[in-house]
Amino acid sequence: MLAYSLRRLLVAIPTILLLIVACFFLMHFAPGGPFTSERPLPPAVLANIEARYGLDQPLWKQLWDYLYNIVVHFDFGPSFKFKDRDVNDIIAQGFPISLTYGSLSFLVATSVGVGLGIAAAIKHNSWIDYFAVGLGIAAQALPNFIMGPILILTFTLWLGWLPGGGWNGGQWPYLIMPVIALATSYMGSIARITRSSMLEVLNSNFIRTARAKGLPTRTVIWRHALKPTLLPVVSYLGPVFVYVLTGSVFVDIYFSTGGLGQAYVGSALSRDYAVLLGVTILYGALTVVVNLLTDLAYAWFDPKIRY
Amino acid sequence: MNKYIRTSLAGLMTSTMITGAAFAAGTHPETGEALAEDQTFIYRLGDEHSSVDPQVVEDTYGAEITRDLFEGLMNQDEDGNLVPGVATGYTTNDTKDVYTFTLRDNAKWSNGDPVTAGDFVYAWKRAVDPELSSPYAWFMELMSIENAAEIIAGEKPIDELGVKAIDDHTLEVTLSAPLPYFPQMTTHSTTFPAPQKVIEEHGDAWTRPENIVSNGAYILTEHVPQERSVRERNEMYWDNENTILDKVVALIINDENVALTRYLAGELDRTEVPAGQFPRLSQEHPDEAISFPRLCNYYYTFNLTEDGPEAFKDPNVRQALSLAVDRAIITEKVMAGGQPQAYTFAPEATAGFTVPEVEMASMTQAERDELAKELLAGAGYGPDNPLSFEMVYNTNEDHKKVAVAVSQMWKQKLGVNVELANMEWKVFLEERGNQNFELARGAWCGDYNEASTFLDLLQSDSGYNDGKFSNARVDELLAQAKTADDPAPLYTEVERIIAQETPVIPIYHYAGVYMMDTDVGNWPINNVEQNWYSKNLYKLAD
Repeated sequence: MLAYSLRRLLVAIPTILLLIVACFFLMHFAPGGPFTSERPLPPAVLANIEARYGLDQPLWKQLWDYLYNIVVHFDFGPSFKFKDRDVNDIIAQGFPISLTYGSLSFLVATSVGVGLGIAAAIKHNSWIDYFAVGLGIAAQALPNFIMGPILILTFTLWLGWLPGGGWNGGQWPYLIMPVIALATSYMGSIARITRSSMLEVLNSNFIRTARAKGLPTRTVIWRHALKPTLLPVVSYLGPVFVYVLTGSVFVDIYFSTGGLGQAYVGSALSRDYAVLLGVTILYGALTVVVNLLTDLAYAWFDPKIRY
Repeated sequence: MNKYIRTSLAGLMTSTMITGAAFAAGTHPETGEALAEDQTFIYRLGDEHSSVDPQVVEDTYGAEITRDLFEGLMNQDEDGNLVPGVATGYTTNDTKDVYTFTLRDNAKWSNGDPVTAGDFVYAWKRAVDPELSSPYAWFMELMSIENAAEIIAGEKPIDELGVKAIDDHTLEVTLSAPLPYFPQMTTHSTTFPAPQKVIEEHGDAWTRPENIVSNGAYILTEHVPQERSVRERNEMYWDNENTILDKVVALIINDENVALTRYLAGELDRTEVPAGQFPRLSQEHPDEAISFPRLCNYYYTFNLTEDGPEAFKDPNVRQALSLAVDRAIITEKVMAGGQPQAYTFAPEATAGFTVPEVEMASMTQAERDELAKELLAGAGYGPDNPLSFEMVYNTNEDHKKVAVAVSQMWKQKLGVNVELANMEWKVFLEERGNQNFELARGAWCGDYNEASTFLDLLQSDSGYNDGKFSNARVDELLAQAKTADDPAPLYTEVERIIAQETPVIPIYHYAGVYMMDTDVGNWPINNVEQNWYSKNLYKLAD
């Protein structure tokens, strides 16, 4: 398994390199540049700015310098928009925030979602099932950009229980709404996947055998049904994990959390090349690592899978 | 007991001293209103600001903070009039191309160092330094400072910039051309002084709260990117004893509806009102919803180049389209925030600008529609040969609403087919700047309070003239206005020509539409540029 993991990580290097190159060229081919503005800069001023950031160099040279600085100095370049911070600063500031509310959302969505799904499957066609399915569908229909305003209206304006936004170092009153907003729709999807997977497993032969030999229901569920049930859930959770960890632009916009999601979208709109590339690389690297972890998790859930 | 001393500069040169009432604890020295215990002002910032470095900052949000942290030669009062800042006054020569500013001797940086003429010289040279490559370097060019353009282009050394410290308290500026409104431009952040030692010590990171040294009424004490920026009273500020507000907190809230909700929940003292919501809010909160004219216009510009549509080369077609736009519907039903209707390019709110009598403004909408039909028919367009063109705007809900309304007016009244297209901001700017459009949305906010900041856009060689309108008489008038003692009649004639030639369709002029807590005292609603200074604000007791 160690050899397998190492091999996968080695393959990741050309993957990420390809990602950088593709992203770099796409970005430069998009109309407008970092210094396109409503008040077009006089050519002399623009030339000075471009010279300062090396944007007057041919593209291949810019790409080469960029890669060189990453590999040799671990420097992801300056931000064109925020003059007193560079990409390393922006990621160092935003990523821990995204990581905090993202992993909490992931925990909430997974635990509640899996719990609901299992309960619904065990009590198939009972009121519990209908309730769980109803809740799951409702939650799925509430993406974070709908949940955000609903939560703020309810808990900030009407009830006055929670602050309407901000981060304040991640104190819990500031965390509740972002976590719920981000977790809700994933929770719905997880509940539905878990339920249908569990139903399928409960109807399979090995479960019938387990029941036939007189095992109590609890043992059947926990010892025999759970692991195979979670296999499809895990493959869904992999990408979700990356997505929530890297933050959500909607959560950042609605709750002023200051996470990386806002920085990412903002940098694309303002053509802040280095920030956009830096965050893309981070997302890419995370995706590679999480995919590997997902694959390793398969082996644990399903003994038939061996690496 | 403190003496409340307020210095103000009336007109060009007279400096008068007003000694006000005694400063009683808990009441405002001038108005006698009861002041709140907690003098903290919290407002919404729509986006993270680019910088608080005076020579680098390029966005309004950053400029607002910079204006509190630093103080330039001159300030503006509540009405936008010029009042002394670090300078107590200035003199100029007969030809108005040399200005000499006298600096007060008690101005200090937040580290206790005196603010000297040398700090201004350093800052202004820094602004044009190709190495710093400030995105606002052009402002120094606009101020006509001698050799600014050549230095920016790298043709002359920085030391040849036309600014000199005669002694610590005398600053002399030489201009390449006479400029009557030069002193007004010294309220702009690009001209604020900069602390050389600090900048050299910390480099780009000098503007961080832990490093920054500033000379304004406030110092930056906290900055959490994308979340908040906090500034607090600067004890070293020369007029600190007359500063009432202790702390100003800017919360970054991108979504204006969320900001409104948080305002209504009592988290903010000020926020913007989203388009269309003003009528409801002013009914529910009549004391808090405020609207006042601002120094910005909103218009559509025709592409008048060779590659532009053939139809737009006929001024009658352009005028017909302008006539058929029912401005009242746009301002009262679509935007609904108290925006003034626009029939001229420069807003009525511009200082020293009298809106000329343009014919269209005095007609009823029915008369305008009638004339529009006649003009368009005369140009050869009608049911058999309908006029069709594409109109672009940058992606935004408000712009979309206006574009849909206007295109329907044209469709219903004139049978014109308009295809609407929206583009992401940077793409839009690029396409419009390269004349890849037929009709495009435009808007402009004045860089200074004088009509030329708007009308110059229609000068043939202006870099902002995206429609490439070119009229020799307009160019001549605008050139004359630069040095005229009274440019008003010249501007009136320019507006008359614009009304006739219709290179643009003015739609409305902007209004500042805010929700403002009734506790906030002295918000400068008459300052059309909205250059507000926290040191002039205060919080009233409930």
